[in-house]
Amino acid sequence: MARVSVDISRRGGDSTFGGAQSCPACKQLLSSEQLEANLRVCPECGNHFRVGARERVAQLVDSGTWGEIAGNLRSADPLEFFDLRPYPERIEEAEYETGLAEAMITGTCRIHKMDVVLAVMDFSFLGGSMGSVVGEKFWRAVETAIDTHFPLVAICASGGARMQEGILSLLQMAKTTCAVELLGGVPVPFVTVLTHPTTGGVMASFATLADVIIAEPGALLCFSGPRVIEQTIKEKLPDDFGRAESNLDHGQVDMIISRLELKDRLVQILGMLEGGVACALEPLWEEEESRPGRRGTLAQALDRIKAFANPSRRSS
Amino acid sequence: MRKRLTELRRLPTLPGVHLKDEIAKISHRLIELNRNRQLDRAVWDKVELARHPKRPYTLDYIHLMFPGFIELRGDRCFGDDPAIVGGLAAYMGRTIMVIGHQKGRDLGARTRRNFGMPRPEGYRKAQRLMNLADKFGIPVFTMIDTPGAYPGVAAEERGQAGAISRSLLCMARLNVPTVALVIGEGGSGGALALALADRVLMLENSIYSVISPESCAAILWKDAGEAHLAAQTLKLTSSNLIELGAVDGVLPEPRGGAHRDHEAAAEIVKDALEDSLRELEAIHPRVRRQERFQKFRRMGVWKENGMTLF
Repeated sequence: MARVSVDISRRGGDSTFGGAQSCPACKQLLSSEQLEANLRVCPECGNHFRVGARERVAQLVDSGTWGEIAGNLRSADPLEFFDLRPYPERIEEAEYETGLAEAMITGTCRIHKMDVVLAVMDFSFLGGSMGSVVGEKFWRAVETAIDTHFPLVAICASGGARMQEGILSLLQMAKTTCAVELLGGVPVPFVTVLTHPTTGGVMASFATLADVIIAEPGALLCFSGPRVIEQTIKEKLPDDFGRAESNLDHGQVDMIISRLELKDRLVQILGMLEGGVACALEPLWEEEESRPGRRGTLAQALDRIKAFANPSRRSS
Repeated sequence: MRKRLTELRRLPTLPGVHLKDEIAKISHRLIELNRNRQLDRAVWDKVELARHPKRPYTLDYIHLMFPGFIELRGDRCFGDDPAIVGGLAAYMGRTIMVIGHQKGRDLGARTRRNFGMPRPEGYRKAQRLMNLADKFGIPVFTMIDTPGAYPGVAAEERGQAGAISRSLLCMARLNVPTVALVIGEGGSGGALALALADRVLMLENSIYSVISPESCAAILWKDAGEAHLAAQTLKLTSSNLIELGAVDGVLPEPRGGAHRDHEAAAEIVKDALEDSLRELEAIHPRVRRQERFQKFRRMGVWKENGMTLF
């Protein structure tokens, strides 16, 4: 929740020297081209740097297949929130700095020729915090997944609920959970990729409700942030607290996948999940062949075998 | 605040930056805020009332409202969390499942109940009880009174986030009528985990917020001493929340607050629960579920194509 305070000022994370930056883990000096080409993973030690939402889409999606959903949603200021600065001013600044309209972008796309509904969060937009717009965008992504039967993939990075929208932010946890429950009514895979950091309200709603949960190496994934816990128990926490590896050990995520393999493995997992659907004795939903790429390669192969074995099932 | 304004006033000397409107807006807000400083007291009074140590807790309401309460314990995985209590109660000719956060009255009980801050076991117990209720068509009534879910290493390792999200999912899924009532502190995700209900009600002097005023002040104002101002800005009182459409109803409290007269408070809650249940029980389960989804779908305010939507 917003109990988690993530230090946004450390956004860059690393010291920069004229376009080059040093890896905080192994101190290797890396040029920004080098980093971008390697998907912002340190080639020396495998440290995963943060990736913006647009760049993440470019990394994952087959070029030219991205079609944004609900890109015209903007935050309002329902509470007229004013701390040291007015909330609209903070939003404007985040828009200017990130070139994004909100902390999440949603769209349909193809990943290795597989149709997918994709929701990507960006930590550099107000700490990736979830307000009304993020909740609504997620809902619309779910609706699209239900309508099209494309699998839904959500790439999470968030400090939690957005304090500036008060209770309405908290209720986005309820809203996104209801969306997941609706999605559960159709046999459409839902996979989340938890990146550094995913905490608070996002972690305690849709991020942990996926069919398969993938984590990026070293990502901080927890409900309460380390600083809040340190204040409560008055002890220093170990460095690996809440990290992806510790989450894997404690059974909170299914697997850790390096960003360099994410695209391939994601498609493989989605294909496997859809394959299971095709193996059911009775089709779980109406056959609609007009939706190419809806099912995994395994499923399509099985269809062909079934059609061969039993000509009456042949739909064409 | 004034410092901030002078800072801004100095800024327009920078080329290409037009801050005139901004400054006008800010000075306006500043004046407004200063005026509200007197109101400040009223909001903070509510925060203190919501946390009042003599305020009736979940078990107080249970004992006053349902004499035949049978407590059910344990999450069947790891343990029993005393910060959440739950069980079966006979109520106006039917059985209901009552679940709520529980704070302790004296020092020993407070420690045992962990100040009403649940660990994952608590949320898993709640899910177990809700699923049990669903199986037998028993309506679910939850009472919310927690500063938040417990922030601890072991709680994290046992999946605090997942326990909360699955509790939410469980409540979204239920076929039986659900009524949630914020009786004291509704603190963040730890409170919401029991509040995804068909009817969400609040007692007049309770609060319900995304973050505690103290933490909010520490993060945004960089000064925990600004908690009073944060409380006011967060709009966490019952009258604010009904205005925002975040809750469905506010229940009045006995004169001076619920802590002055537990019996009278319990009577008010009893009547409100009966009204809500009677309304909800008349609706077909499938429709009720759909209405629940639609209600939470509408939560939020955003601008689309320049228009502000609620």
